[in-house]
Amino acid sequence: MSVIEIPKPDPRILARRDAIIAGLAALLPPTSLITEEDERRAYETDALTAYRRVPLAVVLPETTEQVSKVLTFLNQEGVKVVARGAGTSLAGGAIPSEDAVVLGVSKMNRILDVDTVNRTIRVEAGVTNLGVTAAVSHLGFFYAPDPSSQLACTIAGNIAMNSGGAHCLKYGVTTNNVLGVKIVLIDGTIVEIGGAHLDSGGLDLLGLVVGSEGQFGVVTEATLRILPMAEGARPMLMGFQSAEDAGACVAAIIASGIIPVAIEYMDKPAIKVCEAFAHAGYPLDVEALLIIEVEGSEAEIEDLIGRITKIAADYNPSGLRISQSEAESAAIWKGRKSAFGAMGRLADYICMDGTIPTGQLSAVLTGIARICDGYGLRVSNIFHAGDGNLHPLVLFNANDPAEQEKAERCGEDILKLCVDLGGCLTGEHGVGIEKRDLMTYQFNTIDLDQQMRVKSALDPQWLLNPHKVFPLAGRPV
Amino acid sequence: MPMTSILLPDTEAEIEAIVHEAAQSRSGLAIHGGGTRAIGGHVHVDRTLSLQQMSGITLYEPSELVISARAGTPMAEIEATLAVNRQRLPFEPIDYRRLLGGHGTPTIGGVTASNSSGPRRIQAGAARDSLIGIRATTGRGETIKSGGRVMKNVTGYDFVKLMAGSWGTLGILTEVTYKLLPEVETETTLLFSGLSAERAVAAMTEALATPFEITGAAHLPAVDGAPSRTLLRLEGFAASVAYRIGRLEAVLRPFGAFEEIGLEASRVLWKAIRDVEALEAPRDAVIWRISVRPSDGPAIGAKLEASLGARLLYDWAGGLIWASVPADGDGGAAIVRGAVAAAGGHALLVRGSSALRAAVPVFQPEAAPVAAMARRIRETFDPAGILNPGRM
Ligand SMILES: Cc1cc2nc3c(=O)[nH]c(=O)nc-3n(C[C@H](O)[C@H](O)[C@H](O)COP(=O)(O)OP(=O)(O)OC[C@H]3O[C@@H](n4cnc5c(N)ncnc54)[C@H](O)[C@@H]3O)c2cc1C
Repeated sequence: MSVIEIPKPDPRILARRDAIIAGLAALLPPTSLITEEDERRAYETDALTAYRRVPLAVVLPETTEQVSKVLTFLNQEGVKVVARGAGTSLAGGAIPSEDAVVLGVSKMNRILDVDTVNRTIRVEAGVTNLGVTAAVSHLGFFYAPDPSSQLACTIAGNIAMNSGGAHCLKYGVTTNNVLGVKIVLIDGTIVEIGGAHLDSGGLDLLGLVVGSEGQFGVVTEATLRILPMAEGARPMLMGFQSAEDAGACVAAIIASGIIPVAIEYMDKPAIKVCEAFAHAGYPLDVEALLIIEVEGSEAEIEDLIGRITKIAADYNPSGLRISQSEAESAAIWKGRKSAFGAMGRLADYICMDGTIPTGQLSAVLTGIARICDGYGLRVSNIFHAGDGNLHPLVLFNANDPAEQEKAERCGEDILKLCVDLGGCLTGEHGVGIEKRDLMTYQFNTIDLDQQMRVKSALDPQWLLNPHKVFPLAGRPV
Repeated sequence: MPMTSILLPDTEAEIEAIVHEAAQSRSGLAIHGGGTRAIGGHVHVDRTLSLQQMSGITLYEPSELVISARAGTPMAEIEATLAVNRQRLPFEPIDYRRLLGGHGTPTIGGVTASNSSGPRRIQAGAARDSLIGIRATTGRGETIKSGGRVMKNVTGYDFVKLMAGSWGTLGILTEVTYKLLPEVETETTLLFSGLSAERAVAAMTEALATPFEITGAAHLPAVDGAPSRTLLRLEGFAASVAYRIGRLEAVLRPFGAFEEIGLEASRVLWKAIRDVEALEAPRDAVIWRISVRPSDGPAIGAKLEASLGARLLYDWAGGLIWASVPADGDGGAAIVRGAVAAAGGHALLVRGSSALRAAVPVFQPEAAPVAAMARRIRETFDPAGILNPGRM
């Protein structure tokens, strides 16, 4: 039995399906409307695959104006809308309901303007994360936030979830790298927020839109900051005999005044799986592995690696290895970035995303092990150690409904532990449907009511991605 | 003008009670941190709520690079505490006392509510980018929280960003949490003399397109026969700074030779730029703060010089123009606003008489859809419109 409820579809909407589709057909080119069931099925879930609902229809507009027309129409008809990028959300953020129209931005994937003088790029929201970097890499620039899913995921999804990645320790997450958006509100109004300049004055609507999980409108364009690429970058590997040692080493590095570009952590089960997949040369005889990357010129890199090695010496490291070539660096990162995929070949898993104060690393790892033991489930930890953003993967067998429920309960307990230790439910994946019902654990009624008031102010009928973020009980009626 | 009474609550509960009462009676409250940022539209109310008593650092974990403080905590206290552990707030907030001639004590809450930043904004972001948690009492008299004390947090809507730069009009900040950076080992400033604004912006944008992590890029036009100065700041480990200077020398050769300014003098220089000391006098001049694309900076600057006799300071590689304009007529509003609107950007009237601030909008007028969206959001936080009414 699944734990997370997706509300039953509204029969009045289902009954009007033909009329709604006819209305959409009048607004869009035929290639932008999907109505056949087998084609709609491709949009029934995202990366939280245990939950699926085939949507009423799927629209793939080509322009902001089409998005505006579609939303105006659906708002009049009282039909729910779920915006969708690439469908890689791990929180179920893009999962529709049977009475909802999925609005995909995949056809809006043009690069609109590259400006290296002002270090900005303007793109349509369906451009992939890696597509942004690809558009500027020949000019020596890159787009900094780098979710592991960057080959597939879109800027639209990144903005909705305020996505992060391994290199955000130095460069910040999506919200720190977006300068402007074009967003269409549910009533069809097109709003341009921010621009290529840094300060906009007025309320920081941009900051509010980023991370709003598709509940305020459909983002169709974005102006992003691009950065000059570092002269060079080099990862190093460091093994430890205990999580405590690894955690203490991370704290000591940061306290020393060095902010590496990335500090990633993997535990023993993860190391084994990722090594088998990527042949990156990860040490197999350690309990914990850190991948630490530094940037700069050759001399700067050597200097930083020297400093880090010296700090680490106090924490009994083993298997210290510094990448010697581009190919080796690529293999090291391939192992890390394909960790989720590689784990997925072994077992089904749910990927948690809590964040904790970095001083609590070893406490949280001990707690996670105890919780998973209690449920008789295996767990593997892969995460962004530098900023305390954990990704415990709770392994289970999806063909066993009882085990799936157990895994979800186990995940809930882990997230509650993160909150208890001074952290939060989600550091970069978003709330979606997955953590919706845990929101009351982190926030009280006053907090949640104020958030929902803003939702109601911008989307009075709660048509935009309504089943997400807030518990189903306690919503305004 | 009636005497204003000052309310000095010590706790969130007291703030809630004051706001409740004010909302019931629909009587506005002016919100003061340390009273140094008297920017924005004139707030016509007869009661001021000061956060002076809501002071003190509530959490500081140097090894986690995080600090929390009650909103009325003086910036000086925060900076002194961080200095002990060789840490700092990344965004280098301006101290407005020079420019505004204020005597108050800048507070962390005021810095947050105004989303302040300084020259390092180009590399480290503004206050909003380092702010990770807030507590605030809304115009409903309810205290909400958003974010927390962890470095990454996407749980619920990002009211942390929304509160930064809301100038006390959505809620009264009671506590804020920031992430920190280690203090750098050293800094050096490269000084180019005699460049035109256009050449200066070309040099600065060229430097920012290198991987050498410039943390300050400012241009001070020529005054009184002294040549213009164009400044680029490098910070980090000494060896790295030295190396980067060498590399920049090659890249920036077309702009002529530069002088190197060492640690101490460089610190003094950037503090002066941060606080816009060059435009402090004459005191009766109107001050505008204009944010545009760097490449649009010189043309807009030239226009303000030609049409208004403006004196300028360019920061953020040309993307931030501080303009001092004679206090005649509309204080240059029509020309400033027109130039900014044409290029895309934002002009804030930072200094001007009450009469001027009543006559021209202090913030760049927003496009109708943006203004409508902001209004809908604002109504949910402060339905009675009692928090700093008229400020934004
Ligand atoms: C293997 C794997 C690795 C991952 N690694 C990371 C990681 O390192 N860091 C990280 O942060 N995340 C990671 N993720 C999660 C996911 O990739 C991100 O959340 C990503 O931003 C989602 O982008 P998407 O285009 O797939 O969006 P979707 O999944 O399609 O949608 C995500 C959310 O965005 C909303 N949305 C989509 N388009 C719009 C729009 N135009 N306007 C408004 N709202 C919209 C949707 O309604 C939904 O709520 C990973 C996922 C996978 C499967």
